[in-house]
Amino acid sequence: MSNQSPKTLFDKIWSEHLVGQREDGTNLLYIDRHLVHEVTSPQAFEGLKLSNRTVHRPEATIAVADHNVPTINRQNIEDPQSKIQVETLAKNTKEHGIQYFDLMDQRQGIVHIIGPEQGITQPGMTIVCGDSHTSTHGAFGALAFGIGTSEVEHVLATQTIVQNPAKNMRISVNGELPFGVNSKDLILYIIGKIGTAGGTGHVIEYAGSSIMGLSMEGRMTICNMSIEAGARAGLISPDQTTFNYIKGRPYAPGTEHWDQAVEYWSSLPSDNDANYDHEIVIDSSEIDPMVTWGTSPEDVVSVKGTVPNPSSAKTENKKKSIERSLEYMGLKPGTKITDIKLDKIFIGSCTNGRIEDLRKVASIVKDKKIASHVQAMIVPGSGLVKKQAEEEGIDIILKDAGFEWREAGCSMCLGMNPDQLKPGERCASTSNRNFEGRQGRGGRTHLMSPELAAASAITGNISDIRDFT
Amino acid sequence: MDKFHSLKGIAAPLPIVNIDTDMIIPKQFLKTIKRTGLGVSLFYEMRYDNDGNLIKDFVLNTSPFDQSKILVAGDNFGCGSSREHAPWSLKDFGIRVVISTSFADIFYNNCFQNGILPIVVSPENLDQLMTAAKNQIEFNIDLPEQIIKAGNHSINFEIEEFRKERLLQGLDDIGITLGYQDKINAYEEDKKNKKPWLFKDT
Repeated sequence: MSNQSPKTLFDKIWSEHLVGQREDGTNLLYIDRHLVHEVTSPQAFEGLKLSNRTVHRPEATIAVADHNVPTINRQNIEDPQSKIQVETLAKNTKEHGIQYFDLMDQRQGIVHIIGPEQGITQPGMTIVCGDSHTSTHGAFGALAFGIGTSEVEHVLATQTIVQNPAKNMRISVNGELPFGVNSKDLILYIIGKIGTAGGTGHVIEYAGSSIMGLSMEGRMTICNMSIEAGARAGLISPDQTTFNYIKGRPYAPGTEHWDQAVEYWSSLPSDNDANYDHEIVIDSSEIDPMVTWGTSPEDVVSVKGTVPNPSSAKTENKKKSIERSLEYMGLKPGTKITDIKLDKIFIGSCTNGRIEDLRKVASIVKDKKIASHVQAMIVPGSGLVKKQAEEEGIDIILKDAGFEWREAGCSMCLGMNPDQLKPGERCASTSNRNFEGRQGRGGRTHLMSPELAAASAITGNISDIRDFT
Repeated sequence: MDKFHSLKGIAAPLPIVNIDTDMIIPKQFLKTIKRTGLGVSLFYEMRYDNDGNLIKDFVLNTSPFDQSKILVAGDNFGCGSSREHAPWSLKDFGIRVVISTSFADIFYNNCFQNGILPIVVSPENLDQLMTAAKNQIEFNIDLPEQIIKAGNHSINFEIEEFRKERLLQGLDDIGITLGYQDKINAYEEDKKNKKPWLFKDT
């Protein structure tokens, strides 16, 4: 491809980060920022040690513990294994001179919340982390993707990754979002449409007026779940909304480089006639508030819909898959989604644990009480999100409504800490995965937006925010 | 890294689509700081009941499949979390080859870092191989020739050349890249001038 041929946002970032080609024909891609957490890094640090290798550029890495951390009683991690893992991260980062936000640091939080919050995430960067939801950072026009632990070790040792280019896919969503529909509904709708393997081998660029009209928080929710559509990375063009968000944050470019950075960032959006391997265009008026009914994020339906019937499946495999999901979920075909009764509500995660999400929930539950049969918890995405919410009085509104107000972490999105579902418990969750056992063995997860989860907490059933008064 | 050349044996059939890495190795086993010892927990929730007893009719709990080194699984194997604990647990159990119609990108990559060969075949071929696996027909996987043989079936598969070489030779990827240290340093020097804000210390 010559320099003159039109390029996508992905193509531009890719070519800017090519260090060179190895003899085996693979490309070495330079990594600008490496985010590290306690679960997927210990074996990487151990590998470095075993081969007497050092960290190439410690100042390009930021570490935080988020997966294992308790959301109450922060001082003491009761699970001995979790405790060792968190302590190992502290020890490894200290040994290699890597910045680490410890559990008592207000900046601690879910790695994908704190990157943007600190201004670490910037347009045009390459960002990796041993975590599939690294795709979140694509909301800033950064090429960000999850990697395995062996690759974490590779990045620590070389600040590069061995990579071959992905294919380009563009999903354009146009039009004003209907009342009650937000970014979570949009991405769930997209996953339902293309399937959980729909984006495999691709980077998805999200475009169109509905996407560009979103706040940075909304854009992060979209890019976050790119991995649930099979794509390692999602991308959104950086624009004034992006620049305004970044400006003044601790790790953002300072005044001495700000104009230069913005000039470069402004050159990143895809060229008008750039070529995509796949294009999908969606009219936002066709989108309803969405809820998952099954055990894959592609198992989505409008909140106004019903649980599907396996006999309507087009293939035998699909039929079996629906039957398996319904059995696990304890649901009967044809049940109205709004007739599904809940036990728990979980609001948080790297998908929907930001201040905007908490504000929405507060506005819905203000002066109301959660249903007597549900337990509801809110886990802010970071210590700073929590602090901001408390300054705005959001915590009081939520606690008055009956929500538990917790410390920051991944919490019940994956239940590595004590926050888990019991077998058979049914949860409305703002997280990203409804896999079997994800939130606890036998637990049943319905993914949805914070608005729907808030309304559902009050009624005790899955509820349509548009009917909610 | 362990080499992979060829492998003979019976294959375990797991005809479930979208097997995610949470199913392969659930969260409670991610608390380890080691790469080894995860085989016993592979597919934990399908293999053990609530009291930790073996679920007898799960394929990997039944003879001879409990000795399988090959797994034949439904579409989109390894989706979800990036946890390398998934290939670690497969390998620790003894699985060196996984056959499916498609794999999630991160899982696919992670396999090659651990001497596991993931093979993509067409849906028709998967059906044939699933049946062969159920019937305990011996599979013969030949990486240099890129062929799966099972009974009457002889199926060619694709693999990128560099991945094939890495498996055949068991190469240390980091060692190779460190050979390009000068290029990496030169890249950094160039960018320090052109994009100085990227080199502001974190």
